[in-house]
Amino acid sequence: MFAYIVRRMLQSVIVLLVVGLVAFSMFRFVGDPIDNMLGQERTQADIDRLRAELGLDQPFPVQYYKFLKNAVQGNFGVSYRQGRPVSTIIAERAPATLELAFVSGFLAITMGIALGVFTAIRRQGIAANVIMTVSLIGVSLPTFLIGILLIYIFSVELDLLPSFGRGETVMIGNWSTGFLTTSGLKALILPAITLGLYQMTLIMRLVRSEMLEVLRADYVRFARARGLSDRVINFRHALKNTMVPVITITGLQLGSIIAFAIITETVFQWPGVGLLFINAIQFVDIPVMAAYLMLISVMFVSINLIVDLLYYAIDPRLRVDARAT
Amino acid sequence: MSLLTINDLTVEFPTRRQLFTAVDHVDLSVEPGEIHGLVGESGAGKSTIGAAIMGLLDRPGRIASGTIKLSGDQISGLDAVAMRGLRGKKISMIFQDPLTSLNPLFTVREQLTETIQAHLGGTDAEANQRARDLIDRVGIPDPDTRLDQYPHQFSGGMRQRVVIALALCTEPDVIIADEPTTALDVSVQAQILDLIKELALERQVGVILITHDMGVIADTTDKVTVMYAGKVVETGPTSQVMGQPAHEYTKSLIAAVPRPTLKLHRFPQISYGGRETRFAIDDMARHWPKVDNDTSKPMFEIRNLTKKFLQRKGLLPWDRTYFTAVDDVSFDIRAGEVFGVVGESGSGKSTIARMIAGLYPVDGGTITFDGQVVSDLTNRAALDAYRKNIQMIFQDPYSSLNPRMRVDDIVAEPIRHHKLMEGSDIKRRVDELLDQVGLGHEAGLKFPHEFSGGQRQRISIARALATQPRFLICDEPTSALDVSIQAQILNILKDLQEHLGLTLLFISHDLPVVRQMCDRVAVMKQGKVVELQETSELFANPQTEYASELLRLMPKLDDLSTDGLEAET
Repeated sequence: MFAYIVRRMLQSVIVLLVVGLVAFSMFRFVGDPIDNMLGQERTQADIDRLRAELGLDQPFPVQYYKFLKNAVQGNFGVSYRQGRPVSTIIAERAPATLELAFVSGFLAITMGIALGVFTAIRRQGIAANVIMTVSLIGVSLPTFLIGILLIYIFSVELDLLPSFGRGETVMIGNWSTGFLTTSGLKALILPAITLGLYQMTLIMRLVRSEMLEVLRADYVRFARARGLSDRVINFRHALKNTMVPVITITGLQLGSIIAFAIITETVFQWPGVGLLFINAIQFVDIPVMAAYLMLISVMFVSINLIVDLLYYAIDPRLRVDARAT
Repeated sequence: MSLLTINDLTVEFPTRRQLFTAVDHVDLSVEPGEIHGLVGESGAGKSTIGAAIMGLLDRPGRIASGTIKLSGDQISGLDAVAMRGLRGKKISMIFQDPLTSLNPLFTVREQLTETIQAHLGGTDAEANQRARDLIDRVGIPDPDTRLDQYPHQFSGGMRQRVVIALALCTEPDVIIADEPTTALDVSVQAQILDLIKELALERQVGVILITHDMGVIADTTDKVTVMYAGKVVETGPTSQVMGQPAHEYTKSLIAAVPRPTLKLHRFPQISYGGRETRFAIDDMARHWPKVDNDTSKPMFEIRNLTKKFLQRKGLLPWDRTYFTAVDDVSFDIRAGEVFGVVGESGSGKSTIARMIAGLYPVDGGTITFDGQVVSDLTNRAALDAYRKNIQMIFQDPYSSLNPRMRVDDIVAEPIRHHKLMEGSDIKRRVDELLDQVGLGHEAGLKFPHEFSGGQRQRISIARALATQPRFLICDEPTSALDVSIQAQILNILKDLQEHLGLTLLFISHDLPVVRQMCDRVAVMKQGKVVELQETSELFANPQTEYASELLRLMPKLDDLSTDGLEAET
């Protein structure tokens, strides 16, 4: 078990290095930050001075090495545009994104599993069929369209919920939270639904098909032959077996909830890291982009690790390997 | 009054096109303490009767007429809630495959106590005590540790004991055992059947034993009902039905059972209710290249063959553990003979076959074919030239044919791969092969799922013969088939050996089949060959304890009628 984790950690480090390398080599094609930073009346001397100051005159491997060296120490450099340390900027923005991702992830998982189980058990029922049909819409509509539709209905026409921003926030230490104010909670509703809808329908359809598979398994028939109640069979025997494959996909989906918050954050002008990233791209703010990409890949890698550990927790068959010493 | 009476039961499955009658006016009764066998080939409706009793018919099946009574009370037609009260409490069921009938994610204790409490209520402590007693009763050693283990930590036989314990949880009156030992090894099968016999007597439970295995019926049951196409063709005390079968179908069914004591030249075919599919061996022999089997030296020389599988991965080499599947095995296969390999599951039989076929790399030792070492071939061309001469027939006719490929493409694939023919010649050859194996060349346009198990195995044979090989590896070729189909396939294989001069490696766990098929037999245990003998010698006079033990556990078929069987002289 311990060896397994160590091996996974090593793999993770390699993944991160590769992501960094790819990201860094791409930055050479997004444009020259100097153009944006200096005004019209720049001289060649200004350009050379700034380029040397930022280290952009050095060869690409050296830049990458310096970036890595600093990144390991938690120093992601200074934003070209804002002139402040990137780590500070991200720390300011992260709570907004994380809160949004948490709420929509929570919605997606609970609703997805509940509806998936429901549609699997009542396969023939009208309600289940309606849900399945509606879920097709959830899968096929793009996120920004859903966001705009929701804004149109609930903000413009009904005027119930705010159309942009986080509302009022409260600072708890360094963490700005929107959970504690009414306006903060109201502002969360639309973006969270927008962001989580796709994942929810995906999880639902996945749970449903896995569950149907499991309900046909011999051990479910045997459980039925032993006279166990439907509730025990469905929610104890079948659901736990359903979870094994569902966890993989769900884990990856949670990662993409945070990573793809970009679109939702843009639609709702949500002051999170996604919006920060979009702005950074416009201004070729390399340190911010690099830090964001590394952050996302760290997250994906750790979610993957957690998923694999969850397998061990759920499926006793995998534990044999660890025990057989 | 009987414990369980079934009167005039008819079960129908309405399909879009027609009404399919799975069980047709069946009568059956079971007394307390009696084991009642229900025998027939697949599709005869045996399992449907079991499902009807349990109220677990798959949709859209329904009981169209007739009644099922348990101790005088009618139980057919009860509503779902009342039926659930009976299931597990009054009637229990044992399923075929112990590997899949236990939930892999719960411990044995959890599954037992859950069932006990669902029916009897009671405290956790009482349920635990009862669970422990049951596990102890079904003969699982060290119940306290074993209770907290998961199903995957038990062997197949032990799992089936757990399944039996689960079925006994609430002192049922009737147990329906649906092919309870089909997935198990011979030695384990004997133990499980003994346990069922013991428990039936001890607890006065009526057991309905559903099986296709005549040996199990003959050894275990008190009474037997023979079914064919949903109808009961014969019923009575086991010794009478087996010894003096009255019905034609029963006679032909019994005649098709391979006997351990009697070597037949050919298996009698089941003549009842269907036509035999012809296998055109003469036609095939005319087109087959003349084989000169040089009997002076062996075709295969296998020396010190070893195969290890990684059992536990480790970061460091000394953390890894290996499982030795084949351990220092040596034998020869003579040209033109049928060489048998028998042993229980996990003894390394199939691993040897795969190494000979070049599917697994060899970890130690050599395989020599026709004087040439083939176990270390890495050169593609040399390997292909060797593989053209050996072909394989697999156990499961369902998964060994690609469901997305048409049958003619399946049969043509080896020809195309080895570039033996081109263009329209391939089609002609494939049609010829399909005609010869008795399927007809029009079968080439269909897909595998349109065929039955026996027909699929014929497709596999056609595919194996496509390259005109000299050596066939048959890995349990009939263990997934009904006894009558098995007889057909075994006859075909015999014909191939006799008329085409093919050499066969025949792997099986079924000793009577081996007795009929093989000239020499190697008995394997835990990766080692423990005994290698002429077949008749092995059966008459086993040299090792293990071989005699296997022979002893083999179902005795002495009571079976031998009408119409002629021993080979």
